[in-house]
Amino acid sequence: MNFKLKDIVPQLITVLAVVLVFGFFTYNAQINMENRGIDFGYGFLSQESSFDVQFSLIEYDGSHSYFRAYLVGLLNTILVSVIGIIIATILGVIVGIARLSPNYLINKFAAFYVEFFRNIPLLLQIFFWYFAALRALPLPQDAEAMFGVFFLTIKGLYVPAFIWQNFNIFFYSIIAAIIAIIVIRAHAKKVQENQGKQIPVFLISIGLIFILPLLSFLIGGVRLSFEVPVLKQLATTSFIYEGGVSLPPELIALTLSLSLYTATFIAECVRAGIQGVGKGQKEAAASIGLTPNQVLKLVIMPQALRIIIPPTTNQYLNLTKNSSLAAAIAYPDLVLVFAGTALMQTGKAIEIVSITMFTYLTLSISISILMNWYNKKIAIQEK
Amino acid sequence: MSNINFLKPDRANLNTFLYLGSFLFFISILDVFLNSFFRLNLTGFLPNFLSFLLPLILGFVGLYFIRIEYSGIKNLDLLNKHINTNNFNAILSLLIIFIIIKSLPPILSWFVIDASFAGDTKDVCTGSGACWTYIKVWMRRFMYGMYPNAEQWRINLSFVALVLLGSVGYFATDKFKKYLTLYYVVIYPLIAFLFIFFFISGGPVFFDFSYGIIAAILSIIIGFFIPSKFKFYYFLIVPLALYVILKYFLFFEEYIELGKLDGLNWVETGAWGGLSLTFIISFFCLIFCFPIGMAFALGRRSEFPLIRYISVGFIEFWRGVPLITVLFMSAVMFPMFLPEDFFIDKLVRAIIAISLFEAAYVAEVIRGGLQALPRGQYEAAKSLGMGYWKMHIFVILPQALKLVIPGIANTFLALVKDTPLIFVVGLLEIVGMLNLAKTNPKWLGFAMEGYVFAAIIFWIICYAMSKYSYNLEQKYKTDR
Repeated sequence: MNFKLKDIVPQLITVLAVVLVFGFFTYNAQINMENRGIDFGYGFLSQESSFDVQFSLIEYDGSHSYFRAYLVGLLNTILVSVIGIIIATILGVIVGIARLSPNYLINKFAAFYVEFFRNIPLLLQIFFWYFAALRALPLPQDAEAMFGVFFLTIKGLYVPAFIWQNFNIFFYSIIAAIIAIIVIRAHAKKVQENQGKQIPVFLISIGLIFILPLLSFLIGGVRLSFEVPVLKQLATTSFIYEGGVSLPPELIALTLSLSLYTATFIAECVRAGIQGVGKGQKEAAASIGLTPNQVLKLVIMPQALRIIIPPTTNQYLNLTKNSSLAAAIAYPDLVLVFAGTALMQTGKAIEIVSITMFTYLTLSISISILMNWYNKKIAIQEK
Repeated sequence: MSNINFLKPDRANLNTFLYLGSFLFFISILDVFLNSFFRLNLTGFLPNFLSFLLPLILGFVGLYFIRIEYSGIKNLDLLNKHINTNNFNAILSLLIIFIIIKSLPPILSWFVIDASFAGDTKDVCTGSGACWTYIKVWMRRFMYGMYPNAEQWRINLSFVALVLLGSVGYFATDKFKKYLTLYYVVIYPLIAFLFIFFFISGGPVFFDFSYGIIAAILSIIIGFFIPSKFKFYYFLIVPLALYVILKYFLFFEEYIELGKLDGLNWVETGAWGGLSLTFIISFFCLIFCFPIGMAFALGRRSEFPLIRYISVGFIEFWRGVPLITVLFMSAVMFPMFLPEDFFIDKLVRAIIAISLFEAAYVAEVIRGGLQALPRGQYEAAKSLGMGYWKMHIFVILPQALKLVIPGIANTFLALVKDTPLIFVVGLLEIVGMLNLAKTNPKWLGFAMEGYVFAAIIFWIICYAMSKYSYNLEQKYKTDR
């Protein structure tokens, strides 16, 4: 009896405490909402939002619903996160490898980069890029073209837009190339296991990924043209670029600072991962006659990846969550559009903040599930 | 073939290649140097494109010529080993050297040579360099926020006092070392709390929920002296009894008024700001998030399933959401959850929010340490007849915490770097003050100086912290 009591009582007390706290909160919330005449409910999501958003990936204006505004914010958040993750990964891997370089200068340069960017608050970096660095850019009428088609101005980056004809054929050709590469890889692996022959998979893959889309241009009737942004005068001193795709300065500042900041952490993960592979592995691989490339590809990287991936997943999660700092420079992400503007208009604090938090939770969990799946795939198959 | 052999540097024709190579290398560096420091272009007579690339080509050829293995000259061998191992490395080294030489003059001139330091109006800032006058004029605001100038000695005094009290651990003799944990976990935070509220705030201090806090602290302190056999029942009964006694027999008031210091004006938290607010917030969040995180780390490894689920839920929830939404919650949602006449200051709300948020990260870090300990440690402690708490306090946690010093230091670094986010609840620490200052009509256009200034301050703080944690890690590294 005594033994059982000791087991149950702490659990009961904890649960009771949690229930009491939540009960206290809901009770107060009910009273407060009654007093202020607010009713709880998610019905507002279908109401007309009547506010505009400067930058959205889907069609949106004030006549759309709050739910549409939520989607706009969510898509903008995802856009920043995806671009940031891609750039941060590339930069992080390069810097991480550079930190292991035998070259003193490269090594120190990479170390300087890491120590410099990781020790300054991200918000400060975002402010720096947005309010100080990008504000020093020229006005649209003074901007010089880069390669004749890109215009980097104080109002954002203007790039040419792609105008496709028969885009679906091009898309299918790329899908076909990817499937072909997967099949060839599997086949090459089989051939190597059975006969010991090596097929130059990498060269064939590169060939395929170029040739198939090229064929779609020649035979499939795919046409690609560019719409170059053109300067247009609105008033005597007000100019704007028309046509093409315009990336707002908020987006540029945000992706730049997010990727520069996160890349330092990814670089450290990569360095730790490569250092974590024993020196003996490298020497053993070299002594059985593998070329340096093969050593890196077949021996070092598979082992290093196992160490690199879990912390890197964390960094991806951090980047996604940090993208919410967009609210500070008025980039219309989920927090600004939904937890900012929509909350101010509706006053539905509990509903909106809970939806926002739940969305971020879902984003985080889906990234970690994806990366866990990948991690499991490459983990050591213990026997 | 002979032609190629002729161009191949080796030990046989060491001198020729050494002199030729170093000459070319030197010329290329000199060209870039003169170009960037004195705006002289030695190769101006060449076409633009070639003149631009020439130093790189010359330097590359030079480095190729002096790449002689085992030359027997010590410095040359060192140079080759470190920056000149192969063609690719040579190009990268050259690029980095050129970038450094090229970027030095503009940086120097912006920071020092063309910068203005004197005066106290915007008019002195006419040069192309930085306007440090702006920082000088606004220094007090950046450091203390809107805190009245005449009262700022209170902040300084409190900080000095707290730093001195905090460094007690260094001077403690062996006799007092065993009380240090108690001091740092209970007494020091209490002193700090009193300092902040009596001295920096200066207003009358009220203790809401005071019975609960007092009862908990008292029962924990007394609990140290209770034999472990009765500890479970003690903690089951005594805190509640103490709470009831305090509330219904000793004090009858809703809250306890601790009074205020005479002669000090009240400065409301809305006026606090600048770097001192960064310190205050980091300090309190650091103190609070550590015990909370430890509790949840233990909870996550508890053998009671319900406690485990609750801990997992707590940790994963806070780790899954961004801090900015947590602060939003504390600003707009939290007041809805409290009784109407119950008011919590927004600084306190921000501190609670950040502490809970960081506690989840601390919990995960500590859990890593707990998992890394070999099972033998747990079993050995149990076989000595230690209970759960004794085992954790004397055997498990001291070892686990040593293991996770770097992780905890990283979490605290993240905490310091997250403090600027409190602009969400309307508090302005140094970054917030910068944004306020740059919109002042008298001082428009100095955003860059402000951000660079704040960046330098944060960089020094964070770099020092990371180096300190590295030293700590080395100090406590025990062979296992």
